[in-house]
Amino acid sequence: MTRPFPVAALLALVPALALAAPEPIKVGALLAVTGPASFLGAPEARTLEMRVQELNARGGIGGRPIQLVLKDTGASPEKAVSFARQLIEEEKVFAILGPSTSGESMAVKGLCEEGKTLLLSMAAAEAIVNPVLPHVFKVAPRDSFAVEVIFQRMKKMGITRIGFLSSNTGFGKGGKEQVEKLAAQYGITLAVNDVYDKAATDLTAEVTKLKAANVQAILNWSIEPAQSIVVKNARQLGLTVPIFQSHGFANLQYVKAAGSAAEGVIFPASRIVVSGELAAGNPQKPVVEAYRKGYEARYGEEVSTFGGHAWDAFGILVAALEQVGPDRAKVRAAVENMKGYVGTAGVFNFSPTDHNGLDIGAFELCTVKNGRFAPLGN
Amino acid sequence: MTLDLALQYLVAGLTYGAIYAVVAIGFNIVYSATGIINFAQGEFVMLGGMLAVQLSRSMPLPAAVALSVAITAAVGAVVEVAFIRWLGKPTVLRMVVITIGVSILLREGALFLWGEGVRSLPYFTGDEVSSVGILGARISPQVFWVLGTVALIVAVLEWFYRRTLLGWEMQACAANKDAAALCGVPVRRLVTLSFAMAAAIGALAGAVVSPITYTSYAAGGPLAIKGFTVAILGGLGNSGGAVAAGLALGVVESFAVSVLPAAYKDVVTLSLLLAVLVVRPSGLFASGEAARLKEF
Repeated sequence: MTRPFPVAALLALVPALALAAPEPIKVGALLAVTGPASFLGAPEARTLEMRVQELNARGGIGGRPIQLVLKDTGASPEKAVSFARQLIEEEKVFAILGPSTSGESMAVKGLCEEGKTLLLSMAAAEAIVNPVLPHVFKVAPRDSFAVEVIFQRMKKMGITRIGFLSSNTGFGKGGKEQVEKLAAQYGITLAVNDVYDKAATDLTAEVTKLKAANVQAILNWSIEPAQSIVVKNARQLGLTVPIFQSHGFANLQYVKAAGSAAEGVIFPASRIVVSGELAAGNPQKPVVEAYRKGYEARYGEEVSTFGGHAWDAFGILVAALEQVGPDRAKVRAAVENMKGYVGTAGVFNFSPTDHNGLDIGAFELCTVKNGRFAPLGN
Repeated sequence: MTLDLALQYLVAGLTYGAIYAVVAIGFNIVYSATGIINFAQGEFVMLGGMLAVQLSRSMPLPAAVALSVAITAAVGAVVEVAFIRWLGKPTVLRMVVITIGVSILLREGALFLWGEGVRSLPYFTGDEVSSVGILGARISPQVFWVLGTVALIVAVLEWFYRRTLLGWEMQACAANKDAAALCGVPVRRLVTLSFAMAAAIGALAGAVVSPITYTSYAAGGPLAIKGFTVAILGGLGNSGGAVAAGLALGVVESFAVSVLPAAYKDVVTLSLLLAVLVVRPSGLFASGEAARLKEF
């Protein structure tokens, strides 16, 4: 005997359910929440969580909530690739935010292009968007700008002979390429140019090499705790030359880890880390302050530039969605033509030839004073 | 290379080497008593550091380190009782899988408890920038703490194995379990003790090196790889050999950095390991005859 009733009732329920809960827009995120780059991925994940919740509480986009599908890559490009496949082919996400690191971004960008899925990378390397792929964008300022800002300052300080260290990650590699390319332009010689392992726990031998080479300044390019170890080891060895770091240093946790050794370290950062010191008329001030207040109240830790990248990536996606609705091709075009979007990293002006949208002004040189970040000034 | 630079490289190498050696000793203690390579040894080092950091917030530093060592030793004993004891005579492959499983368990547990951030104890003497000048080389006071701790561990182990009844029983257990049991040696309890000892030594090392290296939930893996390399180089089960091999490897790595790009540091280590495995498969300091009697 057949009992058709329940089936019919279930079928009848389907449109009712759909009415009650509109289908969410699935957004994927590939973030290095754990592992050596967790200083990047963890605040990024927390920022996304906060923004998705806020947006959904306000009713989402045109009544449709955002459903975040977050994958922890542990900063491994291999994992990033398999998660990217999963997000694109199985979850069929609308767009992917992240990855956190350059190596992972380089590994997944081809997949996203093939899968016609919008990728908003939060990593630094210029190579992510150069050459331009239609679906690949990035919201972190490019590393060549960071290098130039640092070299300009070195030139001003009369520094011509430096020791350069970088880690064996995509970030370190990207920085190394730019440093090698741009050094001659600024009359700077790399007396030492060494790469260390991303899991390095002591760099005394490397720093001794810098000491032996009699360098006028140290430049380190990494995103791991190694950047705290470098300054500590240098000061222990009695090296008193100025230490420059990449924009990867812009998380106060690194300063805490290096303690008093971090005093006076010079590094480029987006304005978010010194938002309290920004002039009242600065267009970024309200955005950066809103993020800082929301994040710090919710998580009880200081904001970093990295969490800011997540804020920007999500904000740009939402702005495009609100402008043209949830249509893949239209949203991609909307991002590509977005002008004057004020984010935490700077003011974004995307174009078909520039999928980063930031200029060199996105960076401000900062330093560490009494365990806090402060603008370096002139 | 001038003398002060050479000395600087030497001290850097001895510091790395001492850290490797202490991890290798942990491998050896368990291997001697059981014939097992405990791949969770690196996690004991991590646990010692993390617990000490946590406890140092509510008690003085020496008490925090001591308590962290005691807790980690207890964890080591529990691991043995819960995962290893009831297996009887497990195969090597099964033990490898189980200890790797335990290491993942401990690592993820630490991630859950303490999050992904990097932590460290304060410097025992001085701070991040203080250093002692010796013949023109500058050495962080913490380096002396590390070297002193390793020396102390080796001395105490030597005394334990040579002068105490318990130590003799443990050696008997290592030589031949069945014969030892027939002579009335409580083999099972000694195996538990060996895990507790290895965990305690790992934890002490983890606490002492944490101001230099920092510690995080994931710190155990890389340490275990280096420690394992050193244990093999020195000859499995030979703690004196582990110290010699550890210090030698550290110094070679450090001087390698002075002439080669730093990226080749691990290439040097692994080439050395391969060379030793080809030329002297039982390790630099082990007797080949003794090695043939072992299962693996």
